[in-house]
Amino acid sequence: MANKRPFTDMLADSMPKLVLAPSFVIMMVCIYGYILWTAALSFTKSRMLPQWDFVGFDQYTKLMANDRWAVSSQNLIIFGGMFILICLVIGITMAILLDQKIRQEGFLRTIYLYPMAISFIVTGTAWKWLLNPSMGIQQIVRDWGYTDFTFDWLVNSEMVVFCLVIAAVWQSSGFVMALFLAGLRGVDQEMIKAAQLDGASLPTVYRRIILPSLKPVFFSAFVILSHIAIKSFDLVTALTGGGPGYSSDLPANFMYAHAFTRSQMGLGAASGMMMLGGVLAILIPYLYSELRGKKQ
Amino acid sequence: MIYTQKTSPIQKLLRVALYAVLIFMAAIYLLPLVVMILNSLKDVEEIRSGNLLALPQDPSLAAWSKAWSSACTGSTCDGIAPFFFNSFKIVIPAVIISTLLGAMNGYVLAMWRFKGSELFFGLLLFGCFIPFQVVLIPMAMTLGWLGLASSASGLILVHVIYGMAFTTLFFRNYYVGLPRELISAAKIDGAGFFLIFWRIVLPLSPPIIVVTVIWQFTQVWNDFLFGVVFSGVDNLPVTVALNNLVNTSFGGKEYNVDMAAALLAALPTILVYVFAGKYFVRGLSAGAVKGA
Repeated sequence: MANKRPFTDMLADSMPKLVLAPSFVIMMVCIYGYILWTAALSFTKSRMLPQWDFVGFDQYTKLMANDRWAVSSQNLIIFGGMFILICLVIGITMAILLDQKIRQEGFLRTIYLYPMAISFIVTGTAWKWLLNPSMGIQQIVRDWGYTDFTFDWLVNSEMVVFCLVIAAVWQSSGFVMALFLAGLRGVDQEMIKAAQLDGASLPTVYRRIILPSLKPVFFSAFVILSHIAIKSFDLVTALTGGGPGYSSDLPANFMYAHAFTRSQMGLGAASGMMMLGGVLAILIPYLYSELRGKKQ
Repeated sequence: MIYTQKTSPIQKLLRVALYAVLIFMAAIYLLPLVVMILNSLKDVEEIRSGNLLALPQDPSLAAWSKAWSSACTGSTCDGIAPFFFNSFKIVIPAVIISTLLGAMNGYVLAMWRFKGSELFFGLLLFGCFIPFQVVLIPMAMTLGWLGLASSASGLILVHVIYGMAFTTLFFRNYYVGLPRELISAAKIDGAGFFLIFWRIVLPLSPPIIVVTVIWQFTQVWNDFLFGVVFSGVDNLPVTVALNNLVNTSFGGKEYNVDMAAALLAALPTILVYVFAGKYFVRGLSAGAVKGA
C-alpha cells in the first residue's frame, strides 16, 4: 500500500514522455534510420535486391557519369529556379493588388487558390491537353486565324521543361499569394499611417515599410516552393512522362525509375541521397537564420 | 487597406485597370477547369474536330458515366469508381490516426515540456522537409517484412508516419498560443495529464482540428508517390488509377472520358476547398508562416 502512491506519481510524471515515446521511435526509425539505411545502400552494388557488398563511392561515380542524371539535375535547377522566382513575383504582385480594398476579394481569392487543392496528377493531365499542339492552345489560336502561331513546347525536348514550370506555377502561385496576403494583413497599420501622414507615397510605403517586414514570408515561401520543386514527381509523370526521351525528367523521377522499375537499387539510393543533400543545402541556412532570429 | 479618399479621374482609371488585371488572372486560373468541364460534356468526335474552348453542341453526361464505371485503367475496365473508394478507405483512417497522434504530440510539446522535448520537436520538424525518395526503399522493405506490402494498411501506415510531422507541428503551434494559466491552474488543482487534455485543451481545439483534417485529407487524397510505390493492384488510389486511365493507349483516345475522370478524381478536394476554404487557407498559412 505504501508503494502505491509513489508509483502512480511516477506514472503521472512520465506520462508526457510515454505519450511521445511511440512517435519518437517511429521518427528515429522511419526518418533518421531509413536515411542511414538508404545511405548504406548507396555504397553497395544492390540491384533488384539489396546486396551488402560495399563498393565505396562507385554508385556516385556512376551517377555523375550518367547522362540521364545530368539532364534531370539540370532540369531541376531550371525548373526549380524559374518556378520559385515566377511564383514569388506573381504571388507578391497579386497579394498587393488584392489588398487594395477590392470588392469580392474572398471570391477572387477562392479562384486564385483552388488549384492548390488539386493533385499534381490532375494538374498535369489538364495541362497536357492545353499544351498539346494539335488540340490545345496552339490549335485554339490557329483557329482564331493566326495560322502561323506555334506553341509546341510539350513535344520539343529543348523547351519541355518550361511546360513543367507553367503547370507548377499555375498550381502554386495562388498559394504564395495567400501567404503574402496573410503577411500584408499582419503589417503594423500604425506605421503605415504615420508614414502616409509624413507624405510618403504609396509605392514608397510598400518599398520601404511593407515589403521589408515581409521578409519572413519570403523565406517561408522560398523554402516551401523549393520543397515542392524537389519533390515534383507526379507532375512530370502526368504532364510529360519524362519525355520526349528523358528530356523532362527530374531527380525524383530518376530515383523512382532506377530504384523501382529498372532494378538499380544502389544507383537509386545514391540519387535519393543527392536529393537529400540538395534539400539540406537550402534548409540548413534557413533553420540557422530562424534559430538566430528567435534568440535575438 | 491603404487608400485615399479623394478620387481623381486617374485614380478611377487605375482602379478599373486593377480590376481588369485581377479578373484576367482569375480567368487564367479558371481556364483549365473550364476546358475540362466543357470537353467532358462533348463526344470524342466533337473534341477532335472542334475547338477546346467551344461550348458543347449537345451536352451529355455519357463521358462522366463511362469514366465512373466502365473506362479502362490499365488492366481492368470498371471505371475509376473502385479506386475512388480505395482512396476513401486509405484517407479516412490515415487522417483520423495522424490527427489524433498530432494532437497528443502537440499537447505534450506545448504544455508538458521536458528535457529533450524541444530537441524532439526540432528533429521532427526536419521530417516535414525530407524528400521522400530518401526513405522509399527501406520503407518498401519494411512493409515487405511486416507482411503489409501492397496492402491498404501498409499505405495507411506510411501516410500516418510521414503525416505525423505536419500534424504535430500544427497542434503544437496552436497549443503554444493558448494561455498557460489555464493549464497551470488545473495542475495545481491536481488534474492529471489526460483530464486536462480532455476537459480543457480538447474543447478549445476545434479550429486546429478542422485545419489539420483538411490539410491531411488533401495531402493523402492527392498523394501519388506513395500510392504508386506501396499499393498493390487491389488498392490503387484514385490518383494512380487516373494516371493509368489517361495513359492507357487502348483503342482510340477518349479525351472526354479522361477529362471527366480527372474532374471526378479532383472533386472531393475541390468540394472540401469550396465549403471549407477559409480553414484551408488558415491551415496553409499557419503551417507555412508560423511553423517553419
